[in-house]
Amino acid sequence: MNKKALSAESRRKMVLSVVLAVICVIYVLPVAAVVINSFKLNTFVKTDTFALPFGDMWAGMSNFVTGMTFGNYPFLDSVKYSVIITILSTALILLCTSMAAWYIARVNSAFCKLVYFLCVFSMVVPFQMVMYTLSKTADTLRLNTPWTIPIVYLGFGAGLAIFMFVGFVKSIPLEIEEAAAIDGCGPLRTYFSVVLPMLKPTMISVGILEIMWVWNDYLLPSLVLNITKYRTIPIHIQYLKGSYGTVDLGATMALILLSIIPVIVFYLTCQKHIIAGVAAGAVKG
Amino acid sequence: MKKELIDLKKKRISNSSSIRRATRMWSPLFLGPVIIAFTIGFVWPFLWGIWLSLCQFQTTSDAQFVGLGNYIRTFQDASFRYAFGYTALFAVVSLVLINVLAFAVAYALTQGIKGSNLYRTVFFMPNLIGGIVLGYIWSMIFDGVLSRWSTSILMETKYGFWGLIILMCWQQIGYMMIIYIAGLQNVPGEMLEAARIDGATRWQTLFKVTIPNVMPSITICMFLSLTNGFKLFDQNLALTAGQPFIIQPGGTSIKTTEMLALNIFNTFNMASATAKGTAQAKAVIFFILVAAMGLAQLGYTRKKEVQQ
Repeated sequence: MNKKALSAESRRKMVLSVVLAVICVIYVLPVAAVVINSFKLNTFVKTDTFALPFGDMWAGMSNFVTGMTFGNYPFLDSVKYSVIITILSTALILLCTSMAAWYIARVNSAFCKLVYFLCVFSMVVPFQMVMYTLSKTADTLRLNTPWTIPIVYLGFGAGLAIFMFVGFVKSIPLEIEEAAAIDGCGPLRTYFSVVLPMLKPTMISVGILEIMWVWNDYLLPSLVLNITKYRTIPIHIQYLKGSYGTVDLGATMALILLSIIPVIVFYLTCQKHIIAGVAAGAVKG
Repeated sequence: MKKELIDLKKKRISNSSSIRRATRMWSPLFLGPVIIAFTIGFVWPFLWGIWLSLCQFQTTSDAQFVGLGNYIRTFQDASFRYAFGYTALFAVVSLVLINVLAFAVAYALTQGIKGSNLYRTVFFMPNLIGGIVLGYIWSMIFDGVLSRWSTSILMETKYGFWGLIILMCWQQIGYMMIIYIAGLQNVPGEMLEAARIDGATRWQTLFKVTIPNVMPSITICMFLSLTNGFKLFDQNLALTAGQPFIIQPGGTSIKTTEMLALNIFNTFNMASATAKGTAQAKAVIFFILVAAMGLAQLGYTRKKEVQQ
């Protein structure tokens, strides 16, 4: 009897495993298709999308070579600008919003409550609402370069970051900071040597959410940046289609492959933090 | 004893308020940068946007107040009404599919199968790829399949619709799965045990014990997928950009796979004198729609937290 139940249970698990394995393969297929087609001659990408790139179809590295200058813009420049914008924006957001959140949570004056309320409110405002006016404002204030656009990201992205940091700061017991104050720490020193180290887990979550947002963002930089000069990777890929009548699909796939390799490497190295961070952002926001 | 305690408390309060006073002196440093950026990046564009939705303008300097004309034009705009219906249909269909599939996968992954971690890793991966890139990957795949019948995803509305649904399922199932797994792991083991001892079948346990216990996760995921569906832009632009379009009797055209966000974006880029004002009015309506869903979600999670 017991044995029978056990074998039914293990059979059920077997079936589940097989189903999951099949879904897993389906999940990997699109990425595999990108890899296959980035080594395929352009003429075959549309007709033989799912064939392996052997024989006549083999393009070697030629797609990657054309891809570098494809779209009248050097691909490596867009990689450079994407990296600059992502790093600067994330660093700026983490530093400024965590300081502001600590101040808001600890001082808790009427003004702080107003700022906090506005931040929560900004989380439910879709970008389309401010798209036109924000791009005009950024133009006027010359925030349209990769080195100044982080200020725009800080402004539009402050909501979620402040929300998450305030939630965490409120859970830290006040006694630790009081002890620091009694020992003669000023607010600045208290923040940087006592509070900041404790914020690390939330820093990682917020940092990951911001990196994923800024790196993949298309609309905001395409409206704010001067795109004849500065393109990020998503802008670059979108403009491949716009600038040519018939698109070189092989070269496009080569560029897409190059742009998702760093993302996948990043994911596999900090997978645990990424999943935890995304879950934290979802449940709260 | 009691007096001492009160004294201690008083001391504590004065202590923390003196800290607070000291901190306040540093407010320009702590709060300043965020306030300035937040004003530039959100508060000012938001207020200006509301004002401009009541104006007719080609550039920001020639704005003239016209009252509610833009809003009236928005409601008369057939392409906007179409985009609204299309977006709502898309949001509901994707909500149902994504949540049912994500729950099923999460349930399977919490049954103690070997390799669960590997599956979880793979299913979540598409979330890291940006919408534009996703759109081009899938447009290649769909065209690769449809080219056998010598057609393409741009040729028919239903291809574009289901194509986008497949794309969004591929991207979002992993995300919702993570939230469901967290919920499923919090179902009390004793309850499942009790159900088993009482002779409940697997399905009875699922519907009578497990699902009621993960109801908070289900609600959050439904809200998330609903707002994601409504706000969708990048994937829509990259996959079909609204094509194919139909010409209306009046000479205007409707892009049949164009969703609300893309409709607003395209209206901003139209040449007519009233286009930008109308686009801004559409954006305000869009904001009210999305904000209502977001606030409902926020209110719901708050209420749950209070109950716990």
